Amino acid sequence: MQLLPRLFAALLLTLFASLAQAQANLQINTPSIETLKKSMRERHAQIKPFLENGAIGLTREGGVALRDANAVPLPQRAAANSLVAAENADRTSLYKEIAVANGKPEWEGEIRSTFSQRWIERAQPGWYVQNAQGAWVKK
Amino acid sequence: MKRLNLHALLLAAALAASACVTINIYFPAAAAEKAADRIIDDIYDAKDGGAAKPPATTPAEKK
Repeated sequence: MQLLPRLFAALLLTLFASLAQAQANLQINTPSIETLKKSMRERHAQIKPFLENGAIGLTREGGVALRDANAVPLPQRAAANSLVAAENADRTSLYKEIAVANGKPEWEGEIRSTFSQRWIERAQPGWYVQNAQGAWVKK
Repeated sequence: MKRLNLHALLLAAALAASACVTINIYFPAAAAEKAADRIIDDIYDAKDGGAAKPPATTPAEKK
């Protein structure tokens, strides 16, 4: 009588261990993800000075925002705004593409929140990042 | 009495197993972090070119 539940549990464990193993890595090597990465890599060179002077900060939602427009000289302000908009559009596409590339479009939100933590974690000292309450803090 | 125990055990095993599924199968958090780090490094490091990590600008703070 004791054998049955044990067998049952062992069977379940084996099954789920193997399923979990199959998920050990996320697929991130697709043409659309590569294209987005390239576009973001090139844009980062333009965004970086604004991250360094505090004009742009990293949001808690996995994007960027113009947090201090006064730090941007007036003639550059429109350009800074378009950089922010383009970057956020690319990031949203990136999160969606990763979810789709792994056959789980419903993961998009969780991928976004994972990224939001990692962007901030890997931000350089001096950059502004949004904390969980939405306040800007300097790293 | 014995049969009741067995059923309870089976139910507990099934519940425990489905909890594992929710965590491990539904969203692979560790794998997502790894993937995010790979992509973010790729984007952040672009300007520095090389694989070598240049130290953050620390002028005369070190002894």
